[in-house]
Amino acid sequence: MQPILAKIKAALSPRQFLWGAVFAAVAVLIMFMPLPQRQTAPMQRTIRIDASRFQFMPGEIQVNPGDKVTIELVSHDVVHGFSLDNYNFTLRAEPGQTASGTFIASQAGVFRFRCSITCGNLHPFMIGKLSVGTNWLLWRGIALIGLALAAAFFSLRPARSRIAQGSR
Amino acid sequence: MTRFDLTRLPRVNAVLRNRWPQFLLRAITLAGFAFTILAGLFGSIVGSHNFAIIFVWIAWWTALKLFFIPFGGRSWCSICPIPMAGEWLQRGGMLEPSGKGMGLKKRWPRFLRGNWLQAFGFLMIGLFSAVTLTSAKITGIVLLAIILLSLVLSLIFERRPFCNYLCPIGGFTGLYAQAGPVEVRVKEAEVCAAHSEKLCYEACPWGQYPLALKSSANCGLCMECLRVCPKDNIVVNLRPWGSDLQAGTRHNMSEAFLGLVMLASALVDSAVFLGPWGGLKMAAYTIGSREWFVFAGIFLVSALGLLPGAYALCVSWTNRLGKKQRSLREALAQYSQTLVPLGLMAWIAFTVSFAFVKFTYVLPVISDPLGWGWNLLGLHQAAGVGQASPFSLFLQIVILAVGLFWTARVNRRISESWRQAAPMIVFSSLFSLAMLWLLVG
Repeated sequence: MQPILAKIKAALSPRQFLWGAVFAAVAVLIMFMPLPQRQTAPMQRTIRIDASRFQFMPGEIQVNPGDKVTIELVSHDVVHGFSLDNYNFTLRAEPGQTASGTFIASQAGVFRFRCSITCGNLHPFMIGKLSVGTNWLLWRGIALIGLALAAAFFSLRPARSRIAQGSR
Repeated sequence: MTRFDLTRLPRVNAVLRNRWPQFLLRAITLAGFAFTILAGLFGSIVGSHNFAIIFVWIAWWTALKLFFIPFGGRSWCSICPIPMAGEWLQRGGMLEPSGKGMGLKKRWPRFLRGNWLQAFGFLMIGLFSAVTLTSAKITGIVLLAIILLSLVLSLIFERRPFCNYLCPIGGFTGLYAQAGPVEVRVKEAEVCAAHSEKLCYEACPWGQYPLALKSSANCGLCMECLRVCPKDNIVVNLRPWGSDLQAGTRHNMSEAFLGLVMLASALVDSAVFLGPWGGLKMAAYTIGSREWFVFAGIFLVSALGLLPGAYALCVSWTNRLGKKQRSLREALAQYSQTLVPLGLMAWIAFTVSFAFVKFTYVLPVISDPLGWGWNLLGLHQAAGVGQASPFSLFLQIVILAVGLFWTARVNRRISESWRQAAPMIVFSSLFSLAMLWLLVG
């Protein structure tokens, strides 16, 4: 069986293959290039989150990388949980009680936090958002979308030889 | 463009021509459908512990968008159980027509043709999704109502009226099947044209004449034409993705409306189900409350006013930039095909964010489908909360970028120049950025 790369090469002109390789390389660079985070002195932050039927208040939290974050989870109706994506951090608050815990915001980016105790029909969608520093993933996405447009343009641009033939 | 005819493979040809394999698959899906209704009506009221919620809205809905449509177009429709009962009565036979069928066999009213009602149905799903997608009982009732409606309509009208004109999922799969890699077509057009008996058309439950098929939107891949053609003139092709999306293909206004409703629904579902806005979730959930009416108003204004308005504006601008004279109505229909890759990839990106996180709910409900505390397979455990991994976030970005790349290419292909394609590319880019922000912002 022909290797996939050889098949792609056979289906494309040398020029298209070259442009394809360039765009693929730029796409990899956009997605994986290390980017700096703004350096700020780490702070101690205490954030109170009120949990009630299917919502966290506040639903969006912003901290800086390296901050020591204490979450105070207060449940106002039934038992609610708090589980933070990519951080091994969970809390469980009984009705009318406060549960608290602390973690270091060591990973930059945007992370969802979710209710981890079944609390009703919309429980799977009881979600909040923690932003740690700059959300570079969003900027990478915007750059990749720009690259997708450029790639579409180049992929359908008539070759110079064909333009020359057409003008004769 | 290259095509590969699957009927050239003897085993595949034998399976496609034989009615039994399809019948057995449909029997399994019918049993699953009936069990889902029962689970919805009599199982646990906690959605995440009920087979009906987890299998319909997580497992099946995910499989439809990540597997059936991208790799098989309308392949789900070929094994869907919803029209089975009505079709058996209509045809007078479970496996094949006996000639003793029941029903009035009336024609579907002309003014109700197209995708309008399907789009309306999808809009209703979006409007009530926070309840429908999370309440097992409501899911059971909706599925029961759907199968009864399909049965009743089959006894009044000819063929599959529910699938063709009403099923919101049929609208969804049909629209995006145009981008799919499977098609049923004729081998030699002259052979069909010379054949006076149109057995294929008579046998088709979708009312399609294979010779006239230019799009896979309305072909349910039931294979009846392949089975009854006495000239062996039907092929089932694997084709490049997006083959139906090019200049010269015919589209209509209802497709544009359906495509826009899908875009609006993808945005609203992403905001309601994946966003951090608790107030929005509660507004969508508390049907009948003041907050819900505000939510419904914003949703309907966006889906029926803002998005179609922006689309019409961009298409009108596009139309003015072209040399070819064409009415706005024709242009709106023609550019509807650009909404297909855009919407399909947006729904796939939404599903990736959703499925990866919620898949942890699937195994426990297999062990305890009704949420009654059973442990049939030893898999019953508290469902993990699930996490969005960095990989799934990267994947969503790549999927959205591929969707925009594809959409821009379709735009250019149906336009006279890049300049003419620009307004619709701007529209598509803004939509992609909005989805990006909702999914990873």
